[in-house]
Amino acid sequence: MDADFRGRDIISIRDFNRGEIEFILDKALEMRQGHAPLLAGRILGLLFFEPSTRTRLSFEVAMKRLGGDVVGFSDSQLTSITKGESLSDTIKTVEAYTDIIVIRHSREGAARLAAEASKKPVINAGDGPNQHPTQTLLDLFTIRKEFGRLDVKVTLMGDLKYGRTVHSLAYALAMFDAEIDLVSPPGLEMPEEVITDLKAMGAEVSVSNRLDISKAQVLYVTRIQKERFPDPEEYAKVRGAYKLTLDSLKDARSDLIILHPLPRVQEIASEIDATKHAKYFDQVANGVPVRMAVLALVTGAIE
Amino acid sequence: MSKEIKVERIREGTVIDHISSGQALNVLRILGITKEYPLTAVTVAMNVPSPKSGRKDIVKIEGRELKGDEVGKISLISPKATINIIRNRGVVEKRKVSLPDIIEGVINCANPNCITWFEDTHSKFRVERRDPIRLRCLFCERVMDQRAVVNQF
Repeated sequence: MDADFRGRDIISIRDFNRGEIEFILDKALEMRQGHAPLLAGRILGLLFFEPSTRTRLSFEVAMKRLGGDVVGFSDSQLTSITKGESLSDTIKTVEAYTDIIVIRHSREGAARLAAEASKKPVINAGDGPNQHPTQTLLDLFTIRKEFGRLDVKVTLMGDLKYGRTVHSLAYALAMFDAEIDLVSPPGLEMPEEVITDLKAMGAEVSVSNRLDISKAQVLYVTRIQKERFPDPEEYAKVRGAYKLTLDSLKDARSDLIILHPLPRVQEIASEIDATKHAKYFDQVANGVPVRMAVLALVTGAIE
Repeated sequence: MSKEIKVERIREGTVIDHISSGQALNVLRILGITKEYPLTAVTVAMNVPSPKSGRKDIVKIEGRELKGDEVGKISLISPKATINIIRNRGVVEKRKVSLPDIIEGVINCANPNCITWFEDTHSKFRVERRDPIRLRCLFCERVMDQRAVVNQF
């Protein structure tokens, strides 16, 4: 695969085809096996308008492992944005100081706008409920590492309506001919337009309110947020019904892996952590090599 | 014996022909032709048999030529419409509306959390389907179907 990533923005998983995604995953694997200070002397700008633990830290670690440095903020209250500066102007300023920009923002489309404003590569680290492409890449990386392929049976469970990671993951899985089961509480189903897209791509998709664990090779669990429910009692019921315990694993395939973008809030009982199925902390560790590959590719440090 | 209703030719104005069947009233909405509209002759024909497209709508407006953004909006709901400019009872100009693959400006994104509502920038959409229209915002990636588009007019 010949893919030119130099100078390219990483905004949405929709911008990439199957070959390009596989290429990034191959490079991430190389990064895991060892790396030179490919980005020595380069500076990454981290613009986190919204809080984040894993994404921000793993980008920072990825850049530093490649010998580069980072600047930025994780609280926009301390910046000129509070004076009313536009996002475009903020980006043009940061662009003047840095070689790559990573942005997380609460508004959908913010990263695309930033990419239009900047001549330097921009990487989307989450734009509201829309996209989070490096999360999708590390999810795919983890699945491929476990199974050696991506056309597996995947169950996505939890808040499929608002969870941005599941939208882009489902889209990417459809590209790779995975079988996709969507399990969510009533009212938090995958948006119809996403399902239409998946089916148009030829994916086998099924929708349910109840988990049948026996089929799944990958069970991808997401957090159900309390604030989505007007009635606390309703929330308590749903939370209980979608909580994964040792008991819920008794019909699971022996090769089942459980993933979660984290943070988890009781969706997966901690007793599961010690089982061979639990792969969410491997998944979080995979964020570093995947982001190293992305940073090295968009700067042209590797090809 | 056929009972035809004779519609008088307009003298000066615009005939919008080949409007997708059922969309004539939305064309009037786009043009701001409501009951408050200054007195002028407006003729609306709906579901008229058409050899090209089966059925079509037609709107004739006396004394009005369309602006570019109005034509742009009409193309969203009727990509095959033609605009005929009439002067002295004759057609002086006839053109098709054009619906480009990427639409800039013209309408706003239906997603209230889209960045285009908060920054000084044009909206931008990719046309994913033409008739009925389906647009995808190039910023927030949300889809707008025909109903969401028409709601803005």
